[in-house]
Amino acid sequence: MDFPVELLANAIVAGLLLGGFYAAVTAGISIAFGILDIVNIAHPAFIILGSYIAYIVNANFGIDPILVSLIMLPAFYVLGGAVYQVYYASFERRGQEALRGLAFFFGLLFITEVGLVLVFGVDYRYVEAIYIGPTLRFSFIDLPLRMLIPCLVSLLMMLCLQLYLTRTFIGRAIMAVSQDQLALRLMAADPVRIKRIAFGISIATAAIAGAFLIVIQPVEPSVGREYIGRVFAICVLGGMGSLPGTVLAAILLGIVESITATFYGPSWAPAVSFGFLLLTLAFRPAGILGR
Amino acid sequence: MRFWIFLLVALALGAGVFFGARYLHNDYLFFAGYVVLEYLVLATAWNILGGYCGYVNFGTAAFFALGAYTSVAIHKFSPMPIPVLILLGGIVSGIVGLGMGYLTLRLRGAFFSIATLALAVVVQTLITNWDYVGGSRGAYVVRPATVPLVGSYIQYLFLVMLVLAILAVFAARMIERSWLGYGFASIRDDELAAEASGVPTLRLKLMATTLSGAFMGMAGAPLPYYVGYLDPASGFNLAYAVNSIAMPLVGGTTTWIGPVIGALLLGTVQQVATVTISSAVNLLIVGVVLVGFVMIAPNGIIGLIEARLRARSDR
Amino acid sequence: MSAPLLEVEDLGKRFGGFVALEGIGLAVAPGERVGLIGPNGSGKSTLVNCLCGTLRNETGTVKFEGIELDGYSAHQRTRLGMARSFQLPRPFFSMNLADNLRIPLLYAVGARSGVHLTAAEIDARCTELLGLVGLSAKARRWPRDLTQVEMRKLELARAMAAEPKLLIADEAMAGLSHSEIDDILALLVRLNERGVTIVLIEHIMRAVMHFSQRLIVLVSGRKIADGAPQEVMQDPEVVRAYVGE
Repeated sequence: MDFPVELLANAIVAGLLLGGFYAAVTAGISIAFGILDIVNIAHPAFIILGSYIAYIVNANFGIDPILVSLIMLPAFYVLGGAVYQVYYASFERRGQEALRGLAFFFGLLFITEVGLVLVFGVDYRYVEAIYIGPTLRFSFIDLPLRMLIPCLVSLLMMLCLQLYLTRTFIGRAIMAVSQDQLALRLMAADPVRIKRIAFGISIATAAIAGAFLIVIQPVEPSVGREYIGRVFAICVLGGMGSLPGTVLAAILLGIVESITATFYGPSWAPAVSFGFLLLTLAFRPAGILGR
Repeated sequence: MRFWIFLLVALALGAGVFFGARYLHNDYLFFAGYVVLEYLVLATAWNILGGYCGYVNFGTAAFFALGAYTSVAIHKFSPMPIPVLILLGGIVSGIVGLGMGYLTLRLRGAFFSIATLALAVVVQTLITNWDYVGGSRGAYVVRPATVPLVGSYIQYLFLVMLVLAILAVFAARMIERSWLGYGFASIRDDELAAEASGVPTLRLKLMATTLSGAFMGMAGAPLPYYVGYLDPASGFNLAYAVNSIAMPLVGGTTTWIGPVIGALLLGTVQQVATVTISSAVNLLIVGVVLVGFVMIAPNGIIGLIEARLRARSDR
Repeated sequence: MSAPLLEVEDLGKRFGGFVALEGIGLAVAPGERVGLIGPNGSGKSTLVNCLCGTLRNETGTVKFEGIELDGYSAHQRTRLGMARSFQLPRPFFSMNLADNLRIPLLYAVGARSGVHLTAAEIDARCTELLGLVGLSAKARRWPRDLTQVEMRKLELARAMAAEPKLLIADEAMAGLSHSEIDDILALLVRLNERGVTIVLIEHIMRAVMHFSQRLIVLVSGRKIADGAPQEVMQDPEVVRAYVGE
């Protein structure tokens, strides 16, 4: 039997596109966990929330889901700021973030998921948009638009975030907030305010990632869970809080998952990302681009 | 000496519960009571690592399901009495707990928690792809209608879980008051200071993951006989993870009685809510109670009671 | 001089490209009171962490009573008889004072071969140690109820509970008042008189000069002086490091 070159090439391209999407899904965690040291395991729940909002608006008004998510950015930013304020007042200030802070986010994850089940049931929901369906073909390589568009928009978003974090005053304060309290004080910035802004941005990315998710696949409330391990795997692999590292790690994971799914069947794909995470944690906790 | 008195009191209480339920002639009580007791074991097991050592395990469902699937695998091979299955399920989950500890406990607490989440999915994927135990379709386990001496099978299962719950609480209480408990508490408070005081922190943490995992596996071992049909979705249900965290946090994490109070309270509320409202709503209740308690009463019900007592004695 | 209790040869440690310690060699004799000083960032704390096994040194050896400590973890070193107090006190916050001392008694003293402490013996030693540092009245109190100086005393008492031959006290007096410093100094001298060798890492010169029989000076990760306190303080290199060029 010939080696299935076409199959492999398609798997790699699909993995690249998937990886671009994973970068958007992980961006929020890279900021919250990687930079702010807040273990927000509820992040995937916020993503699913974003998916459902895109679904509701799309189903009722026919507006493009990604456009909806852009309109929703301020709302998610405010939501994130509010969640951080509660987290800060209840846990961070008292120094109890380790055990109880984790339980808090776990509870949020659970409440969001069950709340969505109560309102929408467990049926899969999907959106309509002109780019869901058509596929570009270059000889034997398939480029489905429903994958390509999220991937491109996601990479654009990562670029904007990286520019914001490295080129603006507040962005640099965010980068300094966990490592260098002294520099922060010299910049005369209030750490709580900086963290609130950063966490708001982190949750805002969930709106966009949520729209991507429902463009790529139908969504039901518990889908988010599959992403918990994935986002942390990518964040750790990418070197905790480095956005370029996040993009690289996301693409790597996307390709590995895609190849696994193509050659061994989709039911094995989740084990790959989580196995990756376990091995990374065990042997290279600083990540591939880590210090 | 006091340990034995405690054990006798616990056994007497247990016997009271069992014969009381039997006197009422209502099998539903046994079905519901079994679940509450199962959660009592899970909450107690979680607390050995989470409450005593301060390491949050999100992977309760994995250890629990490993126990259950060990039973399924053995049942397919040749049926065995449930106490033997519990022992084997405990061994399998204990070994996995030890392995997970080796992989991750050198890292900061948050990484450990994330790794446990990852482990849960890896184990679930492996089980889903393992056809011998039914794969994604699930497996049927035919249970006998009656058991000698006890009578109906559900009463037997209830009795088994009751004994297991008493053993788990007894073990947790014994650990808490021994050198091991002091060592665990020193790890929770400050690992660096614990090392400097001569505490072999890594070895102690491995003991905690092993013990905690083993009890979770034991709680899961009788599950296939209770449900009659087991598939990955029910064995790995996230409700196990949420409850096993919520119950100790609601009751109080530093003593053995906290998880007991939390499990009896939350477990009973959920059983009532499942019957009277719906199972989705009862899960929502658990989530809200968990978030509410960690925010408002960080030391749980026990903490509230202690604060009340202290305020009274200060007056 | 008798065989040294602690012997360090050519010890080195880097963090990434930053050289924290280089070529450190020193010896401490049994019963000695040694002061270790140096400006901020000179590597004092890194040295303590390497000695106690919290950090791994990259080059060189540490010997305690002739035993090479390479590969010994922090708790094993404590069991051998090296105890430390932390720069910022790190009590076990969920335990009362007596239980704080119980941890080293159970895990350091109780783990030595041939030693078996009964519950009554442990209680007796907790009481004795709390008496020694003057905290008897607060045995059932929690660390959060203590003042700064009491916290330091608890820290020393916990280190002493491990029954060390060598006590490494890392800035036991920072942030204390004049009379409180005298209090801690008297306590350290009392411990030394009971036969414990003490290495004191300190910023407060008055305290170091008063306490030390010998002084070691670190600057930028290197040892630049080692000798009698009065002589060391006149060493031109030390003067330059302290007064500045």
